Amino acid sequence: MRIGVITFPGTLDDRDAARAVVAGGAEAVSLWHADSNLKSVDAIVLPGGFSYGDYLRCGAISRFAPVMELVIAAANKGMPVLGICNGFQVLCESHLLPGALTRNSDLHFLCRDQEIEISNNKTAWTSSFKPGEKIVIPLKNGEGSFQCDDQTLAMLEGEARVVARYVGANPNGSRNLIAGITNEKGNVVGLMPHPEHAIDELTGPSAQGIGFFTSILNAMVK
Amino acid sequence: MALDTVAIAQLTPDISQPFTELGLKPDEYSRIKEILGRRPTSSELAMYSVMWSEHCSYKSSKVHLKQFGEKAPKSDALLVGIGENAGVVDVGQGYAVTFKIESHNHPSFVEPYQGAATGVGGIVRDILTMGARPIAVMDPLRFGPADAPDTRRVLPGIVAGVGGYGNCLGLPNIGGEVTFDETYAGNPLVNALCVGVMKHSDIKLAKAAGAGNLVVLYGAKTGGDGIGGVSVLASETFGAGGSTKRPSVQVGDPFVEKVLIECSLEIFAEDLVVGIQDLGGAGLSCATSELASGGSGGMKVQLDKVPLRDPSLSPEEILMSESQERMCAIVEPSNIERFLEICKKWDVTVTVIGEVTDGNHLEITWNGELIVDVPPRTVAHDGPVYNRPLAQPSYIDEVNSQKVEVPIPVTSSEIKAAVLKLAGAPNLADKSWVTSQYDKYVQGNTIQSQPDDSGMVRIDETTNLGVAISTDANANWSYLNPYQGAKLALAEAARNIATAGARPLAVTNCLNFGSPEDPGVMWQFAESVRGLADGCLEMGLPVTGGNVSFYNQTGNVAILPTPVIGVLGVIQDVRTRTPMSFSQAGLDLYLVGQTEEDLAGSEWAFLHNQRVGQSPKADLQREMRLIELLLEGNSFFEAAHDLSQGGLSAGLTEMVLRHKIGATIVVENAGIELLSETPGRVLVAIDSADTSRMKNLSEKYSIVISKIGTTGGDSLVINDAVITLAELSLAHTSTFPKLFG
Repeated sequence: MRIGVITFPGTLDDRDAARAVVAGGAEAVSLWHADSNLKSVDAIVLPGGFSYGDYLRCGAISRFAPVMELVIAAANKGMPVLGICNGFQVLCESHLLPGALTRNSDLHFLCRDQEIEISNNKTAWTSSFKPGEKIVIPLKNGEGSFQCDDQTLAMLEGEARVVARYVGANPNGSRNLIAGITNEKGNVVGLMPHPEHAIDELTGPSAQGIGFFTSILNAMVK
Repeated sequence: MALDTVAIAQLTPDISQPFTELGLKPDEYSRIKEILGRRPTSSELAMYSVMWSEHCSYKSSKVHLKQFGEKAPKSDALLVGIGENAGVVDVGQGYAVTFKIESHNHPSFVEPYQGAATGVGGIVRDILTMGARPIAVMDPLRFGPADAPDTRRVLPGIVAGVGGYGNCLGLPNIGGEVTFDETYAGNPLVNALCVGVMKHSDIKLAKAAGAGNLVVLYGAKTGGDGIGGVSVLASETFGAGGSTKRPSVQVGDPFVEKVLIECSLEIFAEDLVVGIQDLGGAGLSCATSELASGGSGGMKVQLDKVPLRDPSLSPEEILMSESQERMCAIVEPSNIERFLEICKKWDVTVTVIGEVTDGNHLEITWNGELIVDVPPRTVAHDGPVYNRPLAQPSYIDEVNSQKVEVPIPVTSSEIKAAVLKLAGAPNLADKSWVTSQYDKYVQGNTIQSQPDDSGMVRIDETTNLGVAISTDANANWSYLNPYQGAKLALAEAARNIATAGARPLAVTNCLNFGSPEDPGVMWQFAESVRGLADGCLEMGLPVTGGNVSFYNQTGNVAILPTPVIGVLGVIQDVRTRTPMSFSQAGLDLYLVGQTEEDLAGSEWAFLHNQRVGQSPKADLQREMRLIELLLEGNSFFEAAHDLSQGGLSAGLTEMVLRHKIGATIVVENAGIELLSETPGRVLVAIDSADTSRMKNLSEKYSIVISKIGTTGGDSLVINDAVITLAELSLAHTSTFPKLFG
């Protein structure tokens, strides 16, 4: 099982994502933003960072990177794709996921250990979790406030496409405390907090983030 | 203005030149004429003025800093010493670590966000330049009074700048300090530390060896920002009025720097450079003259080839520009093709601007005309050296002869009030408002970060080898006794490493002082350097490099002498570290070390506007025994926390709030016991089954220990004073949000 981890100029968490992929039991394959093939990967992670310096809007330039054309085509055919933080922003800009991530409501970059509740464990990336399971993983971003129009919000809620929600006080002003969402098929997931930074208790607030990376193995075996 | 060339300079020896405006003294200008045998061209004048500035030449501090070399302890750990961009230390397993701290004080007052951001950017490039991958940053910050209106402008801007730049580089921020004092009101201190790791074989030096090798400029294009940053901003006192000097502050682009880091590391990995230098203070003037004088001796540069953001820049401005995110490499002609390829992959602008020559001439041309022809060593290393007058300031005897007069709490309600007051004091309050704006998780190797005693990062995922770093300064003690103050800061930083189980290995420093032209300030500086050099010799810790920041004063009022000392240590297995607090009830709490009545320079005295008395005397032999005790005790300590600012009161507050597990403490003479800041004390939690091991350690290292309580419950109970964790937490955590929103 090969999972691609994409590096754009300005990507920061690519090494962490690759480490988590390996810890989850898969092989991590480096993909470069200018690559013209996906190196036969079975799934893809878009890691966090400030791709292209977040110029214009977070993710707005990355969506035009050569590799994204391939990612969009593969995702539409059902390949599992996980976008974390900046990766989530890229997925929204690519219209693989609805909505947008805007500046945190208090206007500060925020790094903290965040409790989230897994509200949909049917996706390719969340099947290892129990429904309603609460986990603590790092949240760290300046533009993590999930926004969409009322109609989209109703659709996301109605179709149970909210994958994870913040527990407790709203850390960034996201609508309905949304921390992550999925597409219709459940193969593309965008998540604001960082499961790749919570794969062992030595370096993270917990080891509970590993569930996202074991889920994908289960999904592929099925 | 017409182009001033070497030929014209020879023909017009007597025209007047604006050397004063560029920060040069008349005798320094005469010295330049003597070196060149003619007047300098305007470009040469620009180069000398920035390179001979206090910031670049260390002209006032050099004579004192020599002690770090003269008194250097024998150390096998030091691979590269003072003088390069940063010192390099052997940490075992084939790894070398480089770390350094620098100031960016003046720009951060003028333009807090960019000043702080480019401070981070500059130190990170210094570390990169050694061939290392930067792995973490720390930032000791000092501000005016917490409730002063201008602090509300400066602090949020600086914190956002440190975060904005460091976060975007993907460097975890693992610690620092936030301290307030009125002397920093017009002159905040922004010190930035970076640590990087490499294999021994990857060390790079600033050398332009080998005639015929190419001089390559890569990274951002050159703009008009930061012109005169070092000479105008960093080497002069701010008056009350005057222009804002904002254009002298550099503007950073962390994205460009991130790409520059990855691009450079790929270039280093293929061994494509002979020498390398980053462009920081004094820009191209510094890089070309230092590379040339560090190597074969000569260099030819075509300045018109430098890619510009602003095409109207004059050659003088290009030479002085401190535009960020630029590097200068020396590359053998056979490697240039591959070098250019890697830059292309990362979309990094790259230009060959010259070549290395034999001889002793740094020759710079502008569209074919010779505008600079100087011996590079005279620019880079042979700047003026001043043995400035120094004299013990009159305040010393005055404050040393007075006794601290502060209320000492006795009743349980007084004790409770004192603990709560300290818990919420701006200098001791919870700093999450600041640190939550910094990414501490990126790279996935952070083991400890604020509010731990030290920052710790893993450098090998297989063997779990790690390094720990702490930065400390106690400016109150340094004010009362700069010699002792520097030693005490050194001891504290070393202790903060050892509480976690890491062995102190090497020292860096950032010496922040007022104007060197004030004999009293110069005395403070000289005493601090002497104290630090003596302390390092006694503790066997080499100084690997550092930074001096003078002219930190507003009008005639200097900042408190603030030598910030950074100590780096090694831990063989990060999994074995001792945490800063306990996570279970029923443990025994021991005070390791003895409490004396040391209120001079304490936070309690500060809160009562008392800056008098005599600072404690550093007993470094005892500190070294304490460090050995801590390293040996690491095998069974459940928690260990250094007691420093705020004494036992602050130490207990931080420990019980960390995992929300209370403690019951019984001490005689509670007021002094809680508030005194006697150095060399650590609070340790152990399982009672380890009591005899604890006693053995105490005897073996001749360090007094006393059991002062046990962990558990949802309150901090001190004798009869009961403070619930809820009220303690509220006092501790509400200060910053209240002040800064």
